[in-house]
Amino acid sequence: MSDHSSTAEVRRLMEDPLGHDPEVWRTLSTEVGATALHIPEVYGGAGFGITELAVACEEMGYALLCAPYFASVVLAATAILNAGTEQQKQNYLPGLAAGTQKGTLAYAERNGRWSANAIETQATKRRGHYVLGGIKSFVPDAHVADHVIVAARIEGESNLELFLTESDAPGMVIQPLSVMDETRKLSVIELTDVPAERLGETDKTMAIRETLAIAAVCLANEMVGGAERLRTDALAYAQMRVQFGRPIASFQSLKHKAADMLMDVELAKSGAYHAAAAFDTGADDAEAMASLAKAQASDAYMQTAVHAVQINGGIGFTWENDTHLWFKRAKSSSVFFGDANYHRELLIQAWT
Amino acid sequence: MAFTEQSVREQVRAFLEDTWDPNLSLMEWRNILVDSGWGVPSWPEAWYGLDLSLSLVPTVNEVFAEFEAIHVARKGAGQLAAATILTHGTDAHRQKYLKPILTGETTWCQLFSEPGSGSDLAGATTRAVLEGDSWIVNGQKVWTTSAHHADYGFLLARTNLDVPKHQGLSMFLIDMRQTGIEVKPLRQMNGHASFNEVFFTDAVIPRDQLLGAEGDGWQIATTTLMHERRFADSAGRKIEPSIRTERIYQEEAEEIRVSNEPYKWYPQRAGRPDLVLERAQSTGCIEDPVIRQEIAKLLSLNLCVGWTAARAKAAQAQGKTPGPEGSLSKLASSVVAREANRVHTLISGSDAMLTGPESPMEGVIAEVLVSTPAISIAGGTDEIQKNIISERVLGMPKEPRTDVDVPFLEVRRN
Ligand SMILES: Cc1cc2nc3c(=O)[nH]c(=O)nc-3n(C[C@H](O)[C@H](O)[C@H](O)COP(=O)(O)OP(=O)(O)OC[C@H]3O[C@@H](n4cnc5c(N)ncnc54)[C@H](O)[C@@H]3O)c2cc1C
Repeated sequence: MSDHSSTAEVRRLMEDPLGHDPEVWRTLSTEVGATALHIPEVYGGAGFGITELAVACEEMGYALLCAPYFASVVLAATAILNAGTEQQKQNYLPGLAAGTQKGTLAYAERNGRWSANAIETQATKRRGHYVLGGIKSFVPDAHVADHVIVAARIEGESNLELFLTESDAPGMVIQPLSVMDETRKLSVIELTDVPAERLGETDKTMAIRETLAIAAVCLANEMVGGAERLRTDALAYAQMRVQFGRPIASFQSLKHKAADMLMDVELAKSGAYHAAAAFDTGADDAEAMASLAKAQASDAYMQTAVHAVQINGGIGFTWENDTHLWFKRAKSSSVFFGDANYHRELLIQAWT
Repeated sequence: MAFTEQSVREQVRAFLEDTWDPNLSLMEWRNILVDSGWGVPSWPEAWYGLDLSLSLVPTVNEVFAEFEAIHVARKGAGQLAAATILTHGTDAHRQKYLKPILTGETTWCQLFSEPGSGSDLAGATTRAVLEGDSWIVNGQKVWTTSAHHADYGFLLARTNLDVPKHQGLSMFLIDMRQTGIEVKPLRQMNGHASFNEVFFTDAVIPRDQLLGAEGDGWQIATTTLMHERRFADSAGRKIEPSIRTERIYQEEAEEIRVSNEPYKWYPQRAGRPDLVLERAQSTGCIEDPVIRQEIAKLLSLNLCVGWTAARAKAAQAQGKTPGPEGSLSKLASSVVAREANRVHTLISGSDAMLTGPESPMEGVIAEVLVSTPAISIAGGTDEIQKNIISERVLGMPKEPRTDVDVPFLEVRRN
């Protein structure tokens, strides 16, 4: 990962509208096999679980890898796995597993809320086929996706459903958003009578909830990876930096801060690992644990980022220093797919 | 001459009635003003002042405000340079530099911080070596505001490596417009470039541009920093351009625009708690009980910080030595900024991922989110503030130091 995601490379891709290196994507999918991880072998995958997927995400968070992995593998593939018919899985998963095709999930809308009742996009049946209308926002890597999975309601019904469409479908306009964290590109998608196929045939409420929960777990693992990187880099800097004739790491206030940071990150890691495993063991509370992990990781990553800038002093506030790249990822990941308060509310709902 | 509030008021009125004319050019007016003594009335009579006691300066300002008359230039490091030169300079220095600073003809920068010496300012390693009649300077400064358009700088440089660190520093007045100086803008994590890195490669300073004696640099820097803290109020405050349209106001507005440019984002680094309620109301978050609590907590904290600063000011006005309230203000403002960042994030939700003109409040909120880390670093870090509070205010034992009593050459550094 560090071979292919040096910070020079990260900075180059931040500026690049594509946002990832196709060559690295090919390596990631064909040589490393990372895109196939949690997809069953029958659909061209490697047949591992969420635990392995989470480990990949953690490494990517550590390296701040710029790639549509979260969008395509974590979101799109998981959504199809959870909601698709057998035929749909056979149609779409092999391409995603091989990395030759990419996907994303268009869930949230302009209101930026992540609960099902915030979704207003509509699916209407015309001559036996569905067309979608609405505006999706905060969609990761839509600009490079082939398949776009859209959360919408069928006209006159109350349940949320998932629909699959292609990014070049008529009536679909994908526009980049100006984002603080330029290592993850987000888009707005306007949908006007976009033809789409419904994923699955029966009620998809549970499938959608589980997909969002797996997204939260993977994000949590990505975040603890990023926090670990910030923590270790800041510590290395403190050992090296000399003021007043001694390494700043020798000041007790800095040692205490370093110890606090270790505690924050390790606790958040435990939460993230536990939640990933809960999906693989089929634990009843896996969704709740996903929320716990996301909330814990959001707070820990942001706190670590604040400490990391502080330990670097003035240089930590500059563009040239790498700390801000992770700081911005921490800030936006903390609200992406629901902030800590949102997830703590879900958690307490599950517990009561 | 003994001044009273009454006589000051009358004399300033008479002066302004005679001379103030908004149709003058800025330079014409400032020349008149500086020669009159009313530009810097608390300065000595020999140097553009009237020896007016500091307590009467507000009266002068009041009359200026009545007339909407323009003051001497107050931009960048100029005021600090002027105060330093007035105190430590020779008559030749004062003759050469003071008036153009006051009229605003020259721009100055302060060359203190270095990549290797931030918290430990006395660890500066930029070298000045006397060769014939010139000091030759090599090294690097950083965080230098206005260096890219400064005419002069006051420079803290090491002139002796064989004495303890605080004794081997000297202060120089340096002409910034020379080939030995390269100025590079320094971009911050919020995208702005408010500061510069300044590189010296055999830059030349005439021998007589040493301020004070060789080895006095630390002591002079300390008084400058004291001035800086005293002026912190006015330097941080935005000087608002007048809305009047006469020539002189337009020229001043341009001067203010240029000197405020680097500070555009400064309000955001304090976290903008003032925007929190408005944002919560316009987004509807104000209905959320958790967010209500957070907002109430933040705004209460912010009010207490303001009242604490007011207590410190009141004590100072009564001539009491500043108590802990003063030292606490800076530290407390870091807490406010960090908490405000958090609350703005809560209110913005997913919109906190956005930036630029189409993000909340035309990008102001996004700027808050990536600017507040500055406040606990700039002007001395929180950790240094806590050391000061514990050691000087609370009288706790000082950390043992290994770097002060030995020749600088023997002190460990990067
Ligand atoms: C926005 C901004 C504006 C600035 N403006 C100016 C300016 O106008 N002029 C200017 O000269 N400088 C300016 N600075 C520089 C600023 O003063 C220094 O960055 C600051 O003093 C810290 O120094 P440093 O960056 O070298 O960090 P370091 O001193 O290397 O500190 C690194 C870390 O070590 C900690 N540390 C250091 N010493 C101790 C100790 N004794 N005990 C415990 N912890 C310690 C610090 O708290 C910090 O967390 C600015 C900086 C910023 C970010």
